Amino acid sequence: MASVDIRNVRKAFGSTQVLHGVSVGIEDGQFVVLVGPSGCGKSTLLRMLAGLENITAGEIAIGDKVVNNVPPKDRDIAMVFQNYALYPHMTVFENMAFSLKLAGAPKEFMDQEVQKAARILGLGQLLHRYPRQLSGGQRQRVAMGRAIVRNPQVFLFDEPLSNLDAKLRVQMRAEIKELHQRLKVTTVYVTHDQIEAMTMADKIVVMNHGHIEQAGAPLELYDRPANLFVAGFIGSPAMNMLDGRVDGGAFVDAGGTRWPMPPGHGASQGAEVVYGVRPEHMRLDPAGVPARVHVVEPTGSETQVVLKVGDVTIMGAFRERISQNPGEALPVSPDVALVHLFDKKTGKRI
Amino acid sequence: MARVVVRDVEKAYGTTKVIHGINVEIADGEFVVLVGPSGCGKSTLLRMIAGLEEISGGTISIGEREVNRLPPKDRDVAMVFQNYALYPHMTVHDNMAFSLKLRKADKSVIAERVGKAAEILNLTPYLQRYPRQLSGGQRQRVAMGRAIVRDPQVFLFDEPLSNLDAKLRVQMRIEIKALHQRLKTTTIYVTHDQIEAMTMADRIVVMHDGIVEQVGTPLELYDHPSNLFVAGFIGSPAMNFVEGTLRRDGGTPVLEATGGRLALPAWVPGADGQKVALGIRPEHLSISATGPSSLDAVVEVVEPTGADTHVVAMAFGQQVQAVFTERHAFAPGARVALCPRPEAIHLFDTASGRHL
Repeated sequence: MASVDIRNVRKAFGSTQVLHGVSVGIEDGQFVVLVGPSGCGKSTLLRMLAGLENITAGEIAIGDKVVNNVPPKDRDIAMVFQNYALYPHMTVFENMAFSLKLAGAPKEFMDQEVQKAARILGLGQLLHRYPRQLSGGQRQRVAMGRAIVRNPQVFLFDEPLSNLDAKLRVQMRAEIKELHQRLKVTTVYVTHDQIEAMTMADKIVVMNHGHIEQAGAPLELYDRPANLFVAGFIGSPAMNMLDGRVDGGAFVDAGGTRWPMPPGHGASQGAEVVYGVRPEHMRLDPAGVPARVHVVEPTGSETQVVLKVGDVTIMGAFRERISQNPGEALPVSPDVALVHLFDKKTGKRI
Repeated sequence: MARVVVRDVEKAYGTTKVIHGINVEIADGEFVVLVGPSGCGKSTLLRMIAGLEEISGGTISIGEREVNRLPPKDRDVAMVFQNYALYPHMTVHDNMAFSLKLRKADKSVIAERVGKAAEILNLTPYLQRYPRQLSGGQRQRVAMGRAIVRDPQVFLFDEPLSNLDAKLRVQMRIEIKALHQRLKTTTIYVTHDQIEAMTMADRIVVMHDGIVEQVGTPLELYDHPSNLFVAGFIGSPAMNFVEGTLRRDGGTPVLEATGGRLALPAWVPGADGQKVALGIRPEHLSISATGPSSLDAVVEVVEPTGADTHVVAMAFGQQVQAVFTERHAFAPGARVALCPRPEAIHLFDTASGRHL
């Protein structure tokens, strides 16, 4: 186990800069998720950590050692890929034992390590099967087993659940998290899925266009997003964001609707701001803003409603069941303590 | 617009029966979702309604007309596929106009209908583009536009959102539902995703192994699943099940499970000694003091989503999931008592799977 320090790292492919000076500190034993839309640079950064991409500028240290010029096999890391990258002609046992065999480990030791990893992952009965005889979830477990037997300082995961269906994804998410709680190996995990980031991470690094937008604990990002990008990216359904300005004690949206301002806000009179409310922080309120139902989506445990306030479309997620039909009135108010304000020009939280 | 009646419909490939006598009545203007795991027969049924598969037994009627022997093009249905099935060498306009052109419709009619469909779907700025120049969501909209210009009696959708990413799927789901509210054309929609079924349907048909497990409105299925399959399929995270024996000696009924005993509300049905599965949804568990009507559990994983906290725990020797609207910072290994909301308890007969 080891800490990882990424210091002002840059990456360019020819004259195209894809990472613009990124710094991340990862503590020993921490589970850090790099998340962002495709093209944000998260996979490139992970591959630089693994040694699969050159570092154009800056430094990466694993433990206390700068690894910029250390080849992948000497970095003491193990990577799990989205497509599993299993050897099709090898059994589960052989796949898991492969790296130890290459390292010239004695047979007894190899047996013991593979058995141990197989036990942790519930693969004991499958050791003699071939990858093609396994389900997607089992294959992903073998890929993880292969990483575990190497007993590395750091686990690297590159979108490991993207090829699995929704139900299996939820299950494997909990399995990977449980595994980390048990082994406590420093882990860097890349995904484009904010829900994976929220539910798995000790710390999330939100990336966009080769920059870090914000780094913090999952609930810090949810409760206090530093800017519009993070506010829109974290949380599902996404935060409602209304353009408008501060007028007296209220926020006035583009259609002229007045919304209550959060207590102690720092926005100045007349300022152009973006008013952010998460769907789950909208409340049914007969004295609220005059919204009309556009589409009602019951999920069973809650009801998501697309609402029109004038021409402005907003989303509400309510614990209550909603019986109103499209076109009917459904006045709502935001939970005013949970309203976010952003500067329109800079996009930064006020 | 028309109603659709599926009566005793069977499908066999050689000697393998894949659909075993299905009955569904779809009212004029209704949005019905066929949902189930892969291999349940939902797509086969849709393709039989479209005329792309022969019907081995039973009848299908659209409007008042039996269509068993009618070729697809004469059924007055329009189908939207998962892979869009757009012509790559035609512009958006030509893709949408194609079926009308084939039918030798008037130029002015074509222009009017394509124009109107493009406007409904916000495709007007893209009419001269080719499919490869469009995003996934735009392509799906063109596929829908192609269906709309035909002004059919029935829309058929075959997993139209499966190729889109999570965010786009949510957005297109709302668009398709809003479109249906506007056009009010009878719609049959196939998906394996229960959340699409719940959020879009007027009524859901849950299929499994070639039979219909239950038909009802989304909230009927969520509140009153008629069997274990529907109970486990509808809702996410899935309903928890604890198997055991019902005991009625003395006053309160009790579930006797391998890992412990749980007092049940007095109203629960079932006979003394009956093997049952208790069903409780993750969102209907709350943290309580330890007592006879709570499950003693050990926390394994805590997953905050921001809006909710998901907790995976071991109780009575098996994994249980709970979803709380409050925040909890339990450490793995923490002991908690989980109390099922009494009115939200379901009991199923283990042998038949039926809801008691």
